[in-house]
Amino acid sequence: MSKKTAAYSNTNYLNYVKRLDPPTKHFKNCLSAFGVGGLICSIGQFFRYMLEYAGLSGDELAGTVSVILIFFGCLLTGLGVYDRIGRRAGAGSIVPITGFANSVTSPAIEFKTEGFIYGTAAKMFTVAGAIIVYGVFSGVIVGIIYCII
Amino acid sequence: MRSGNTIFFNNKPRVTSFAAVCGSKECEGIIGSYADITLKDDMYGESTYEKAECKMLSSAISTAVAKGGFTEEDIDLLASGDLLNQIISASFSARQFRFPFLGVYSACSTMSESMLVGAMAVDGGYARTAAAATGSHFASAERQYRYPLELGTTRPPQAQWTVTGAGCCVISAKGKIKINSATIGKVCDWGVTDVNNMGAAMAPAACSTLIQHFKDTKTLPCDYDIIVTGDLGALGSRILKDLMWEKGYDISSNHVDCGEIIYKVIEDEFQGGSGAGCSAVVMNSYILTKMQAGLYKKVLFAATGALLSTVSSGQGESIPCISHAVELEVE
Repeated sequence: MSKKTAAYSNTNYLNYVKRLDPPTKHFKNCLSAFGVGGLICSIGQFFRYMLEYAGLSGDELAGTVSVILIFFGCLLTGLGVYDRIGRRAGAGSIVPITGFANSVTSPAIEFKTEGFIYGTAAKMFTVAGAIIVYGVFSGVIVGIIYCII
Repeated sequence: MRSGNTIFFNNKPRVTSFAAVCGSKECEGIIGSYADITLKDDMYGESTYEKAECKMLSSAISTAVAKGGFTEEDIDLLASGDLLNQIISASFSARQFRFPFLGVYSACSTMSESMLVGAMAVDGGYARTAAAATGSHFASAERQYRYPLELGTTRPPQAQWTVTGAGCCVISAKGKIKINSATIGKVCDWGVTDVNNMGAAMAPAACSTLIQHFKDTKTLPCDYDIIVTGDLGALGSRILKDLMWEKGYDISSNHVDCGEIIYKVIEDEFQGGSGAGCSAVVMNSYILTKMQAGLYKKVLFAATGALLSTVSSGQGESIPCISHAVELEVE
């Protein structure tokens, strides 16, 4: 939300509203985010061990684990389960790679009714676009700092 | 006749018939047994949610017209609107009928605005019969105003849930429930910018219209059996009661908010229902049925609407809100 003060503003009223705001349950939210996020990562780790056992290693191993997790993220989104997990888990299901898969798949499904080109394909990155832009951008910044050090 | 911002209807137009269509989640609550059509599936047999919303609205209109014993030729005016861009549901549903159509929009207060327009036309003799209708759909509103349905986001505790439903009432010279007067609201903006806290944004608008109505009609809150607001939710209702109390009007004993009462169990809905369909469904099922049975004699209906768009809120604008009031009385 923008913090810009609008021309129409009743400070007394805004303070009063702020006081009435139901509090966000930070502790409970953190706990469920930790639990669900941890579980997703443990599942990823499980796949990693299994694939390592099957003979994969290095980049191949890391890539395959990501692909599996993305697949399940997309599948659960399509089945209508992932948003229910997300409603409770918050950051726990947004931060792992499955959350990224969810943010690409959900608009793709939603806008399918507007056609495959102008709907699914064009709107696919409405949510994930911001993640990609700032993900790459912060990657570049960190890279430059690393280079200097 | 007019006094202040209130229009007094000399010929007393009446609500002849009414109908409501509600979604699967809504029919679990109090309105379930009063609604004419309840959906088992929120798609309503259509391929998109927008088409489903349009079909709900058409069903509500055709049911209300049929219940009043009218034919398609009898309706001289259809005043209708909804929440989607360019009020497509209303226009697309009007396409199926041969009624003269006026599109109205005042967000979630569209029901009281369309009743007001219909009553004015009937009272002035410009229409024999007018239909007032509106509706909303959770999935289509979510897609337009928020995120895709399947995106795993958390809802803040101030959030409300857009009602899936539509309602229509037919106004003519016959019937038991007469429309005494109506107050056209002024746009109120007290600087709330939080799009998740609509109740707090809309409460000042409701307060301003209610007080204007009490002053113009020289009545007090206790003169009404119930005062119905649209979709302030639990938090907004609390704020409205405080604001009214501050101005010297006590509405705590007879105020009912459609959003607060529509759902049976408040789980993901937090503060209750919202959307144009919220007041349309509750009014056109529960409240008008009770009025027809004589349980409520005098009702003041003031739906509230937040006049924002995704662009205005994205640009950091605060939320201007409006509320129109309609006074109904059983003869």
